[in-house]
Amino acid sequence: MKNKSITNVLFYGVGGQGVLSASEVCARAALIEGFHVKKSEVKGMAQRGGSVESYVRFGPCVLSPLPPEGQTDILVCLYESEYPRLRSELKTEGVDLFSYLDKAHRAVGEHKIFLNAYMLGVVSSYLKIKEEAWVMALEDTFERGHAQNKEYFLQGRQEGGRR
Amino acid sequence: MSNPMQHKIVLLSGNEAIAWGAKAAGVSFASGYPGTPSTEILETLGTFDGLEAQWAVNEKVAYEAAFGASLGGKRALTACKHVGLNVAMDPLMTTAYSGVNAGFVVVVADDPGMYSSQNEQDTRRVAPYAKIPLIEPSSPSEAYRYIEEAFRISEQFDIPVLFRITTRISHTKESFEIAGSYNVPPIRPLERNPSKYVMVPGHARARHVDLEKRLLGLKEYAEHTSLNHWEIKDRKIGFITSGISALYVKEVYPDASILTLGMSFPFPVKKIKAFAKKVMKLYVIEELEPFLEEQLKQEGITVVCKKPSWRCGELSPDAVKRIVERKEREDKPKKGRRPLLCPGCPHRPAFYALKKTRFFVAGDIGCYTLGALEPLASLHTQLCMGASVPFFEGISKTTLDKKIVAVIGDSTFIHTGLSGLISAAYNNTKGVVVIMDNAITAMTGAQENPATGVTLQGIRTKKLSLENICKAANADQVDVIDPYDFLAFEKLLKTRIEEDKLSVIIARHPCKIIDRSRKPALKIDTAACKKCGLCMKLDCPAISEDKDGNLHIDEQMCVGCELCQKVCNLNAVVPV
Repeated sequence: MKNKSITNVLFYGVGGQGVLSASEVCARAALIEGFHVKKSEVKGMAQRGGSVESYVRFGPCVLSPLPPEGQTDILVCLYESEYPRLRSELKTEGVDLFSYLDKAHRAVGEHKIFLNAYMLGVVSSYLKIKEEAWVMALEDTFERGHAQNKEYFLQGRQEGGRR
Repeated sequence: MSNPMQHKIVLLSGNEAIAWGAKAAGVSFASGYPGTPSTEILETLGTFDGLEAQWAVNEKVAYEAAFGASLGGKRALTACKHVGLNVAMDPLMTTAYSGVNAGFVVVVADDPGMYSSQNEQDTRRVAPYAKIPLIEPSSPSEAYRYIEEAFRISEQFDIPVLFRITTRISHTKESFEIAGSYNVPPIRPLERNPSKYVMVPGHARARHVDLEKRLLGLKEYAEHTSLNHWEIKDRKIGFITSGISALYVKEVYPDASILTLGMSFPFPVKKIKAFAKKVMKLYVIEELEPFLEEQLKQEGITVVCKKPSWRCGELSPDAVKRIVERKEREDKPKKGRRPLLCPGCPHRPAFYALKKTRFFVAGDIGCYTLGALEPLASLHTQLCMGASVPFFEGISKTTLDKKIVAVIGDSTFIHTGLSGLISAAYNNTKGVVVIMDNAITAMTGAQENPATGVTLQGIRTKKLSLENICKAANADQVDVIDPYDFLAFEKLLKTRIEEDKLSVIIARHPCKIIDRSRKPALKIDTAACKKCGLCMKLDCPAISEDKDGNLHIDEQMCVGCELCQKVCNLNAVVPV
């Protein structure tokens, strides 16, 4: 049941936070890097404030869009009170980025729409995908605010790399 | 044929992949009605040049328009969610008899787990009932490839093809290579062939006999098509599966042998028996109904099946493992936040007023269905599209309680509510029908409809007047009111319900998804606030209570609708 060549990243939060945009950037970056990618999302009535979650899986060949339970390599929660809901999806040796959420909030301040870009920067520092691929993926995904997205992404990337 | 998209790696959802695949297969006309999880199929087709894609008023109309396009001689497609197909069942059943002219594909997205649906019916059962072939891709890349095959089968066997996906495929994105266009057959002439297209009993009898012959041909086709394919690995264990379940099986049992049925009706009996002989122990894995299981058992094939508890809900890799271990399904409580009406949503003041009237509300399908939940809790029925108006008629003609109203959205009213209103007027019904007109089909993510006067492509078109059509349906009284003035709305409801009339009240205010304008945010003056909780009863996502019982308004979320300010008796809601 273990497919070690596949990386599983879980993004979650609430509607309106850019959870699905974040997973889109991650999926596109993996695609640009040459991986096979599957990204699964739960949406529907999410824009009305409900929970949102999205898995990104990439590697040489991804089968199921959903990883087996408890097999998440990187856990990315964008909303504090949602954190416990999917915490158990992280595998024992996985990376939990929850500790960066506070820093992300401080970094973006009022500009909450860039919270996802900052957190993506942190995610990027844990993955073997080139910086250029991430920057291209950011530009492909977001119609506006390229310069700011990149700025916050790089801040997050720097913060994540500081370990 | 040259194509700028030739051999490009794309990241597409299952819905987008179907649209791209249909375009590559030369689809010329597509019609549908929005419904999660199928909506993005038409939305994506609407971005393409060189074909007509449109929103129809409902799934029956969409089906018939697309079938008409096939008769006109070019490949056509209709797409809907599972319950949408129920609306189109009437044409579906008989188009199997008449057959098609150019290829005609019916795409249906089921919703196992009911992420946003009222039931989890399994559309695979429609295929044998309607006597049409069933194609089930497992992934977006398969959906892209299989849709072209679906058109070819439709043309070869003169039959509509049912193309079934599920939420997990619709809303999974996959990276894959798309390879230009296929050879598209030339336009076929429009046939004047009453024995095929006029389904009176004399013609239909002959077409039924012909349909049975076409099914025999399809049965043979299913035995040999590459859509049904096996991978023989470990012979100790073999799986028969279809759709998304195939990928879960491969994830959990990568070394097992597997037969994936991309065309699961007609059932490829010979192929399945041959596969069964190759493995020592055979399992069937499928989401929802025991569709494959029943056919396997009917053929006398020994197979390990899931316990009946697994007929409910969505599968997952872990669920497949538990099925194989012969465990029962455990009902895990759905965790997470429930959806709320958006800040500034016009449905909120409308339901606040309805709650105060204490009327019985026959509701319908849309964002306003959230009005059923506490604390607004003032919507009392919801079943299927358009049911509110006939429910209102039936309930008000039997109950002793005379305070019954229907509540229905603009798009749902046009979908099937209008026929209910005509019938209610014709049958001398008295009372109040409220149309919550937020000028968009909101719950599926903001689609246009005839009352918005804008097409799928965002182009201005003829705009349907709800007032005029209600008057033409013989409503005695039609009022238009802004529900933001909830006191006036409440007063109007109370006035109209006492009258001996059939009244329509159009509660008109644009949805906050399309009207992004906002007024300055408000805050709670903690010195003036007595924590009475009246504002909390509005169920606004922007208002919250901290652990000490103090109330707060989230400045980022607040759009300044001022509803909380109006309901506060203490003037404790003030400008920031």
